[in-house]
Amino acid sequence: MAAKDYANTRYSGLSEITAGNVASLKPAWTFSTGVLRGQEAAPLVVNGTMYVVTPYPNLLYALDLTKPGAPAKWVYKPKPSAAAQGVACCDTVNRGAAYADGKIFFNALDAHTIAVDAETGKEVWKTMVGDFRRGETTTMAPIVAKGKVIVGASGGELGIRGWVVALNAADGSIAWRAYHTGPDKDVLIGPNFKPFYASDRGTDLGVSSWPPDAWKTGGAGAWGWISYDPELDLIFYGTANPGTWNPEKRPGDNKWSCTVFARRPDTGEAVWAYQYNPHDLFDHDAVNEHLVLDLQYGGQLRKLLVHPERNGHMYVFDRQTGEILSAEPYAYINSSTGVDLKTGRLHMVDEKKPITNKVVYDICPAAPGAKDWQPTSFSPRTGMLYIPHQNLCHDEEVLDVGYIQGTPYVGANVKMNPGPGGHRGQLDAWDVVNAKQVWSVKESFPVWSGAVSTAGDVVFYGTMDGWFKAVHAKTGAPLWQFKVGSGVIGQPITYKGPDGKQYVAVLSGVGGWAGAIVSGDLDAGDPTAALGFVNVMKDLPQSSTKGGTLYVFSLP
Amino acid sequence: MKVVMAILAVSVLVACEREKREFHQSGIVPQTTPVTDLYPGGGTPHAAERSKYEGNAYALSQGKMLFSAYNCTGCHANGGGGMGPALMDDQWIYGYEPDQVYKSILEGRPNGMPTFRGKIPDEQLGEIAAYVRSLSGQAPKAAAPGRDDHMSGKPAESSTEKRSPKISALPPSAVQ
Repeated sequence: MAAKDYANTRYSGLSEITAGNVASLKPAWTFSTGVLRGQEAAPLVVNGTMYVVTPYPNLLYALDLTKPGAPAKWVYKPKPSAAAQGVACCDTVNRGAAYADGKIFFNALDAHTIAVDAETGKEVWKTMVGDFRRGETTTMAPIVAKGKVIVGASGGELGIRGWVVALNAADGSIAWRAYHTGPDKDVLIGPNFKPFYASDRGTDLGVSSWPPDAWKTGGAGAWGWISYDPELDLIFYGTANPGTWNPEKRPGDNKWSCTVFARRPDTGEAVWAYQYNPHDLFDHDAVNEHLVLDLQYGGQLRKLLVHPERNGHMYVFDRQTGEILSAEPYAYINSSTGVDLKTGRLHMVDEKKPITNKVVYDICPAAPGAKDWQPTSFSPRTGMLYIPHQNLCHDEEVLDVGYIQGTPYVGANVKMNPGPGGHRGQLDAWDVVNAKQVWSVKESFPVWSGAVSTAGDVVFYGTMDGWFKAVHAKTGAPLWQFKVGSGVIGQPITYKGPDGKQYVAVLSGVGGWAGAIVSGDLDAGDPTAALGFVNVMKDLPQSSTKGGTLYVFSLP
Repeated sequence: MKVVMAILAVSVLVACEREKREFHQSGIVPQTTPVTDLYPGGGTPHAAERSKYEGNAYALSQGKMLFSAYNCTGCHANGGGGMGPALMDDQWIYGYEPDQVYKSILEGRPNGMPTFRGKIPDEQLGEIAAYVRSLSGQAPKAAAPGRDDHMSGKPAESSTEKRSPKISALPPSAVQ
């Protein structure tokens, strides 16, 4: 799976490449995907074959690692509807595939989930999981747990009614679907639902926490990461922002947007939930990863759930109950003053609240949050979480807006700016148990790539100006870097090849929300372009061109 | 004196169009301009229809308001683009003439542009098309909106330098 393991650690036990020898890492081979949009996917290596999914048109390549140069064995083309590109909020990305039982599972942009025979490349099944004409697209990497392929919707900017759906891996039939707004029966909330905090308890909160009928266009997809704890038999994932971005149009907590759910994979039944950002003010989706970690915490081994939230706080839960044990800031925040651990409530700063037709200045963190989708990596050797993220603030004016199916439901003018210090990105090492930063590497551009950490005490990540880098897991000291063809926003992986050697692979190809100015040829003259991201990325076109190339590295 | 009279006459004519209101619009003409410069067997490029909305300040300001009201801004921002392409640059995939822009909104385009046929009244389509062209300085400066009512971003349409429009290629992602 894209996240390496059910716990979403992105930690590799391979140790041939170490902090001591990584300096001699060299390109082994490359592969052009033929697609020039933002390459956010993680390559997947199974049984001597590497599988790579591209952005729209979502080509799936199988590369034969047993042969020199890894020639393509086959390519599967799902031919998603071209019109779906028009309802994909933030570039036409895809975040990767998953493998189980001889099949590769992935999503095409036009809300279809597909199973392909891993050996032959033949389609096994293809299921329409949503309707892109209503703004539902699928960009996330599915996971497979207990024979269910679990997929969530993108479309929080298009007034969808968000959901996750579980498909039977064998035949693609829909096993269950859980909506994230609406009555409890649709959200799959039943008698076994036991949220830890009182504000998440009640009947049909997915209706009553909205103005009449607003829940029907309330957003709250699930386009990020899903983790799984086989022992507790729970999946964990976060829901996206509510629609519209204008909070004055939707008085109430807007449940269950910006919420973490713990659910049973068999039935989808919700076991607990916690809403990070009730009545979201800033597009702070909660889709970032939830790492399943068992750590010595407060003197005992605890079953933890760790979540670097877009709102800038690092949440540590008891994943059995949903109780927050800690929620410390890991980035600069001026829009909220912390989480009340008794009530679970995030305290918002009044003067940063968006008001219709009024510009509110310097909101930190900005709309993409202190960290967006780009996944962290946790090394059990160091106890540190490696956090690729951005350092951005924004000015925002929210506007009156009406819902029109198939068009954006945003209602905001946004202009992003660099956060304190002027750098726009960083890679941090975070001591999870003691809730403190250990080291931080600053980058000029937002670090929009994932991170991977290894038993060789190396952390790999990439930058939007095209440097793929290795740093020391304990100190952050730079160890190696290589200039790839285009900016890196993909998820690096490391694997042992059929020849027994350790390889490191990453897709190069700038884009995504942060890089849309390049991948979508946007005009830097309009600071509000790409929902305000263009204002802070005006210099990206001078630093990276479009690309779509896989790079694989090894020691000589 | 003759010169003064001539200037006055021209000013009156321009001002008339700038401030003109029509209450019984007959709608815009259907597309006549081809989206190519190639004419097999020879031929000359068509002269594009001039939009009656483009010299009209009211129509352009209505177009600007409608551009936001129909959620065009959600995709194209205030001209710089996002989910959809930029509209303030000199690259036009499906043509830049008034009837071509009108047609793109009316019919939709295959890579994500929805069709608004039957959803937006004809006059409004003409007004929106005129405003879209003003984003790259194609409308007369005297008539184009002179300021933003919202968060200042780019220069107002009336102070936008006219770009020389070109038909550009499909976006690379559309290649399959």
